[in-house]
Amino acid sequence: MWGYYVALALRSSARSKALTALVIVLLGFGVSACMVSYAVFRATTSDPLPAKSSRLYVPQVDNFGPSHIWQNEPPPTLSYTDAMALWKAHKASRQTVLYPAAWQVDSDDGLTPAMSMNGDAVTADFFAMFDVPFRFGSGWTANDDVQRATVVVISRRLNDKLFGEQNSVGQTIRLDGHIFRIAGVLEDWNPKPRFFDLGTSDNTGFDDAGDIYIPFTRGIAMRKDSTTYNGCPTESGVYDTSRWDARLTSECAWVDAWVELATPADVTRYREFLRNYAGQQQHLGRFSWAPNVRLRNLMDWMAYLEVTPRASNLSMLVSASFLLIVLVNVVGLMLARFMRRAPEIGIRRALGASRAAIYRQFLIEGATMGFAGGLVGVALTLLSLWGAGGLFEPKIARLVHADASLIALTVLLAVAATVVSALYPTWRAAQTQPAWQIKIN
Amino acid sequence: MALTRTFMQLRPIVAALGRHKVATLLIVLQVALTLAVASNALFIVAMRIVHLSRPTGTDEAHIFVIRNGWTIGQNATQIDANIRTDLDTLRRVPGVQDAFSSYGYPLAGDGSYISVRPKLKPDQKARGPFAMIYAADEHTINTLGTSLVAGRNFRPDEITTFGPNDKISPPGIIITRSLADKLFPGESALSKTVYFPGGPTRIMGILANLQGPINITRSSDGDSVLVPAHYVDPDGVWYLLRADATDMKPVIAAALKTLQARGDLRIIDPKTGVVTMVQARERAYATDHSLAMLMGIISGLLLLATAGGIVGLSSFWVSQRRRQIGIRRSLGATTGDILRYFHAENFLIVSGGITLGILLAILVNLGLMKVFFPLPHMPLYVPLLGALLLWLLGQLAVWGPARYAAKVPPVVAIRTE
Repeated sequence: MWGYYVALALRSSARSKALTALVIVLLGFGVSACMVSYAVFRATTSDPLPAKSSRLYVPQVDNFGPSHIWQNEPPPTLSYTDAMALWKAHKASRQTVLYPAAWQVDSDDGLTPAMSMNGDAVTADFFAMFDVPFRFGSGWTANDDVQRATVVVISRRLNDKLFGEQNSVGQTIRLDGHIFRIAGVLEDWNPKPRFFDLGTSDNTGFDDAGDIYIPFTRGIAMRKDSTTYNGCPTESGVYDTSRWDARLTSECAWVDAWVELATPADVTRYREFLRNYAGQQQHLGRFSWAPNVRLRNLMDWMAYLEVTPRASNLSMLVSASFLLIVLVNVVGLMLARFMRRAPEIGIRRALGASRAAIYRQFLIEGATMGFAGGLVGVALTLLSLWGAGGLFEPKIARLVHADASLIALTVLLAVAATVVSALYPTWRAAQTQPAWQIKIN
Repeated sequence: MALTRTFMQLRPIVAALGRHKVATLLIVLQVALTLAVASNALFIVAMRIVHLSRPTGTDEAHIFVIRNGWTIGQNATQIDANIRTDLDTLRRVPGVQDAFSSYGYPLAGDGSYISVRPKLKPDQKARGPFAMIYAADEHTINTLGTSLVAGRNFRPDEITTFGPNDKISPPGIIITRSLADKLFPGESALSKTVYFPGGPTRIMGILANLQGPINITRSSDGDSVLVPAHYVDPDGVWYLLRADATDMKPVIAAALKTLQARGDLRIIDPKTGVVTMVQARERAYATDHSLAMLMGIISGLLLLATAGGIVGLSSFWVSQRRRQIGIRRSLGATTGDILRYFHAENFLIVSGGITLGILLAILVNLGLMKVFFPLPHMPLYVPLLGALLLWLLGQLAVWGPARYAAKVPPVVAIRTE
């Protein structure tokens, strides 16, 4: 019976070619606009660590005070004092503190010219927490953190450049003139969004990950400056601590912190710990305000920092309204199409077809057109994604891709949308009075 | 005459529409939604285009920038000496018109800027206006291709140095006109004293226009301050060069070669080390550009879809009313009457949609303003222009079906189909 209804739909489509083509093309455009926007949205809001993101949390402590923060939100990063306190407290199963830094890299053989490269100063847990894949060697130990060891983990890219794809673990490189022993070489690792130093970074979330990771403690011992902006609770908002020691004791916030918490109970406990810590600081007279802390998990953190480009949100909104308008349009056109066939419906009803049969026939007809619209939509979506480079800025465009799920979703959306818009016209068609239709002719 | 005949037809048109409530309502709804979405989208496009076509105040076509990183272990004195030597040699490179060193450059947009909030009194409590600082020398104005509207340029003997952690206290500064107007509204800022964190300084010149390194502040992009100093940061410095010709490839190569002659002093990234202002503009406004383009395309499609819908439904109505049209024709209605009937009907429906749509458009704008911060109120003429467009579109869309209707011969009235 279903096949028969599909055949009927095709036959009636052949009779009113222009109207059918109009509906299908409109559907195609509406659906593909939505899908292109969705593909971009999906790429920019994707979870960089699907297996772990729900267990990774960013602690925030308000050390600025109510008059220096915006909408009562603590600064996105921690001061050195707070970062060290939280890190040393070991209240989570894993924790890391980090900041982005740029280095002058010289190979020890002196063959490659000096390069300037980016990376982060991190702690030992960083690699395990973020599932960072290693090609050779491994990260460093917690003891190396304590010893302020001169060890480094480098990217595959840098390894290829300096050591020609050989295992370089145990060899040395110079960072800002100091010798560092290579502990590990990463596989290609470039999480998108680059979530781990979003708080400090100028990085909007879509820059490539750096090439050099050294112990946080070594970075501090070397007086290595962060590459990015430091928020300070001063009138001008910039730090006036020209001396390094003053900088470490200042209230300027410039350190990203992460903790790994396995269970909801751990999260509650850690949140309590944070509040107690801030309360203690208030008690000591460092804060003159009530504890104001946050503990957000990875996805909430990215949402809070509004990592998704605004263009992407806006295009999602506009294309959704475009689809809505197209659907209003399709309702009208379907109505025209079905009402035109009142005599046919009358005869079918007179020959014994039930209302339910009419419903089935016309909803299937709607679905058939939706399917055709979906196919047009898939073609248009693929075409637009192929041209995405011209539409979106390069670093966003290269993240956007089509896959089977996107294609399936396109067709599904088209069919579902058309069936929904065929509901009212079908209802009207089913109301057709057989006697009335037969009498006229 | 034709108009009065059209008006006389309005009553039967309204009566006829009453019998097609749902279909009429659908078109009204569609026109309203289209107007609301398209006028907001096109408004955003217009705002973006205004935003991204702002001039930097510089001779962009001829300027390029070199990011020159210093190798480690050089102190401020050495770096200052390096900058002086580099600038001397760079200015002598054939094809280079002029050059200077600074921190950041117009349209850099990556956070490389130093800001200051100049105050009018040393003990002023309120924050001064936000402004961005360029390290500059006597060649800056000529390199950028901007011009002084008052006062004088720096002299070579006035150029000092400052580093990343210094509190700036230059003896004199040059500021842009927009900043001058903010500091001293309604009076001349020339020779007035303002206070930096490091102490007082005198305004010795006023520039016509010069954008700071970031282009996303709400109203301070053009508020720049030139400080007569070389920026001595162990990290590095930016060299801004103005070439004679717009084809800058040979000049860039020559400039890099000159610098590489003393290559052990510096690191210039082979990929990202050189940026032309044309590239910088493209990068700085990439988001605005893509937003404007997307909105434009979708608005276009939207209008097409609406037109398509009107054509489709009107044709359906015409085919449904063939008999009535035939009767009217045989009772003496001219083809013009039939044409006018359909055009008037369309005008009525679209007008209904527009009334609703303008209301919706304003609501959508208010909603968007809450979500997307730097969006201004949409002036009323935007939806009104959109309304005009939709009326036109409606009339155009109904033109085909109306002509088809007018061709219905009177004989249809007595024929049974």
